[in-house]
Formats: sequence, structure tokens, C-alpha cells
Amino acid sequence: MLEVRFHGRGGQGAVVASEILAKAAVREGKYASAFPFFGVERRGAPVMAFCRIDNRPIRIHAGIYDPDHVVVLDPALMGMIDVTEGQKEDGTLLINTSHTREELNIPNGRRTVLVDATAIALRRGLGSATAPIVNTAILGAFARACPEVGIDSILESIKDSVPAKREQNLAAAQDAYKQLEGL
Amino acid sequence: MIEMMTANYAAAHGARLARADVVAVYPITPQTSISEKCAEMVEKGEMDAKFMMMESEHSAMSALIGASYVGARTFTATSSHGLALMHEMLMWAVGARRPIVMPVAARTIGGPWNIWGEHQDVITERDVGWLQIFCENNQEVLDTVLMAYRVAEDPEVMLPVMVIEDGFILSHTVDSVDVPDQEAVDRYLPPFRPEHPVSIERPMRHGGVVMPDWWTEFRHRIYLSQEVARTKLLEAEEAFQKEFGRSYGGMMELYRCDDADAVLVVAGSAAGTAKEVADKLREEGKKVGVAKLRVFRPFPAQEVHHLGKKVRTVGVFDRSYTFGDGGAMFNEVRSALHGQRNNMKNYIGGLGGRDVTVKNIEWIFEDLLKIASSGKVDRTVEWVALKDGSGRW
Repeated sequence: MLEVRFHGRGGQGAVVASEILAKAAVREGKYASAFPFFGVERRGAPVMAFCRIDNRPIRIHAGIYDPDHVVVLDPALMGMIDVTEGQKEDGTLLINTSHTREELNIPNGRRTVLVDATAIALRRGLGSATAPIVNTAILGAFARACPEVGIDSILESIKDSVPAKREQNLAAAQDAYKQLEGL
Repeated sequence: MIEMMTANYAAAHGARLARADVVAVYPITPQTSISEKCAEMVEKGEMDAKFMMMESEHSAMSALIGASYVGARTFTATSSHGLALMHEMLMWAVGARRPIVMPVAARTIGGPWNIWGEHQDVITERDVGWLQIFCENNQEVLDTVLMAYRVAEDPEVMLPVMVIEDGFILSHTVDSVDVPDQEAVDRYLPPFRPEHPVSIERPMRHGGVVMPDWWTEFRHRIYLSQEVARTKLLEAEEAFQKEFGRSYGGMMELYRCDDADAVLVVAGSAAGTAKEVADKLREEGKKVGVAKLRVFRPFPAQEVHHLGKKVRTVGVFDRSYTFGDGGAMFNEVRSALHGQRNNMKNYIGGLGGRDVTVKNIEWIFEDLLKIASSGKVDRTVEWVALKDGSGRW
């Protein structure tokens, strides 16, 4: 079973990202479930969302405490919480950032992939400079960084899931995927 | 067709596929998206129902009782304080013999405020005469709504049914749901044709005074219908299996219980986690099983009795507390096992949104295995994962 945890802020699309990832996995014939951390959601508040993917139906209805992969939609959260808490050693840490690994002070040993999803989202007109909607861009990056779910099913899943700006969201995912070519 | 959706949307699709005629609702977390989805489907013309936004849950249930008298198939959903506010009309729906189907996204009741999942709201309503079915996953929620109408509207039953889904844990989790075709559902679920519909042409009076000389017989009839519902539930599931290829183990699903040294009786979403843990422990040679308590009303006393003959050590997980001697499910199980020499222990947990983790259930199974080998129950009721500093959790 593959377990993924998303860290973001209310309004950035972390919950929708977890759902799009689950739908993409199901498109590939797998089973998946997605759920948010059930807090009192407010715009701007730190939020977590989770996704489980497996080759058989998902029966566990408990939280995820030791995820394989961790996706960070807002790097500012990294100063507040330990985003790698409980993460498996061989999992990938995917961060939306314009900074370098050194600037973010990420310890050695953890496979880390950085992508400027905010810049991509803004270029594609998704959200505003103060509140960019980065979830589709980061999912494009996820398809490159993590081998478990392919870009085609992520794109199909985005097409079904985003309520507005469908072309821009698809383009953002493709931009991020291309940017990480050769990873 | 497989679609990804929450249990709340699965419940709404159940109502659509059942061709519910009247949907009367009042929003409350975490049920609200059931009502919203129904409203959306009615607005889009995908669901041919009269959608009524009421001023309270009490009014929603009252409206459905009236609509059902006319012959409408009726649907609503609620949670928590909404269910509590309905209490009076829940009992009236039973006395009026109205086959209303209502998903409940089970939640705490305050105070203080807590919007998260547990079973206190539905357990508190266990004595009102509704059938109560607990669901493990989103698929079971949709399927159970369809089965519920078939049982509720059976002329020998004519009682309302609660379809219970764990608040947030199912209500807000997206999972695969095989949404059946309308034609298949129409084959499975015939239209609601009450024996005595009320109409302008056939005016009649319902719900007047029943004097002391008949009240006992009146209540006894409800008791008999609850008893008949046992068979009807099994028949409805068998027919469902034939039409859709899915079933859920009847009143109580036994998972790896046959040669078990200890079993855990558990209802709702935690049953899935418990099955996963049982598989893991079985691989380690530990013989544990899960008895998923699916139907709580009527209570499967016979099934529990047989389970107790097979397995000596029986734990019961309650996601609520009833301030008697142990939780409600525990007491029902203990009563069904009366006179047998079972080791029994009650575990209280998963309250107010606290996660029921794999580790929690592993600990419970290990505790039960200890009891099974020593034959000694250290205490009757254990509140699990308390922050009491005991370090046990």
C-alpha cells in the first residue's frame, strides 16, 4: 500500500489534490481512498490531506501516520511543523518552492524534489499572487517525482475534477511535469 | 460504473436510484453534503423528487411522515443534534408505520461542541423502533439505502430504517463506489405501493388516540414487525447479491472467526481496519477474528449466541457510552451470551473524532488473546487510548 500526505493551507487545494491523485490511481485499475484531516477548515489555516493507493480495496479507515511520500504545497509551513514526521525513509518529499535545498535546510538522506509550482500556477492564471492555486501544478510534478501514478491518468483526473479553468490546470500540471524532465 | 465519491454522495445517489419522491432536509455537519447533493440532482433534473428545505429536523421528519401517508417514497438525512431534535418524530414515524429511509452521518452530541464522528447520536436512538444498519464503507452505504427501502416498505415490516455511516471517516472520505444502473435498481426495488394511501378521494384519519385496551397490542405489532424484519433483511440482501453481485454478511458478518481464539465485535468503519489487523495477526499465527455488527436493530441475538458457542473470548468495541455498566453494544452482546461461559470485555474508543488506529486494534486483540489464554478478564470496561499517562497506549 502506498500512503501520501499533503500539507497545505486552506484554499490552496490540498484536499482536492488528494482526491485527484486517488482518482488517477483508480483510472490505472488500482484502488484508492482520499480524505482530509477533519479539522475546522478556514482559508489560510494549515491543512492536511491524505491518499491511500493499493492493488486491492482499501479497508483501513484510520489516519496515515507513516506516509511514503509527502507533498508540501506551501513551504512556509516547514518552519512551523515537521512535514517529514513519521515519513518512511525511502519516501519522496516533494516541495513547492522557489528556494534551493540548502536554503530550505533539508537534511541529507531524504530524497527531495523541488518545483516552483507557485510560479507555474501564476503563469497559468490560477489564483492570485497572495493565494495561488498550486494543486494541479504540484500533481504534475508528483507524476514525475513518484513512479506510482502516471501523468496521463493525473491529467485525465484533473479534467474530471477541476470546476473551472480546465485548460489552464492541465497546462500547469504539464508544465511542472516537463520542468522536472530527466529527474 | 465505478465512481470516486464520499459516503455522503453515495447516500444521495442511493436516494436518486431508489427514485425517492420527497426529500425533506435541514442541514447539519457532517450530513450536509447528502442534502446538498440531492438538491443539486433535483435542480439538474437528474432526480425526480420534491426537495423541501425545512426549518428544522423535527419538521423534516414530520413532513416525511405526511408525504409517506400519501404514498411517496421518502428520504432525509441527519446527524447529531439534528437527530436528537427529531427524537419525538422518530417515534411517531414508527407508530405511523412509515417506511422512511434516513442515512445518519454519526457524530457526537454536545456540549461542549464537537462536530466529529462517534456513535452516540444513533445509539441514543436505539430504542425508538427504527431499524439500524451500520455501514463499513461508501459502497455499503449506497447499497444499504437500496436494501433499506426494500425491507422498510415490505407490508409485513412497514418500519423506518437508519443507514448509519461514520461522520467524516466515511461521510467525507472519497472511495470507489460502483454506482448501479437505474434499470437494475428498478428490477430490484419496485415502486412504493402502500396498502392504505391517504388521498383527497379517500380521506381517513391516522394517529388518533389508542386507548389502554389496545395500546399493548399496537406495540406488540411493532415488535412482531421488527422480528419479521430479521428474515426480510436477509432476503433483501440475498436478492441484492443476485442482482448486483455484492453482499455484506447479513445481520453480523463473521470474518476469520471459525477457529478464532478471540473475536472483536465492532460496527461501522472501524470493522474494516479490524479486518486488516486480523489478517496481519493471522500471518503471525495469532488466531483472531472480527464480527462486524451490521444490523443493530433488530439485534442479531441468535447470531451472537452462535458466535459465542464457537469462540470463547469476545471483545466488543463501542464508539459511544451509555452510562450503565458498559456500552450499548457490549450489553446487547453480553445479554445474548447469557448463560454461556464466554470471557467478555468492553472497549470504549473512537469518541469525538479520535482516530481508531491500527495500533489501537492490535492492542485490543493482544489484550483479548491474553484473556483467552489466562481465562481471566482484568476489567469489564476499558476506555482505550486515554491520555492518563499510564503508557498502556
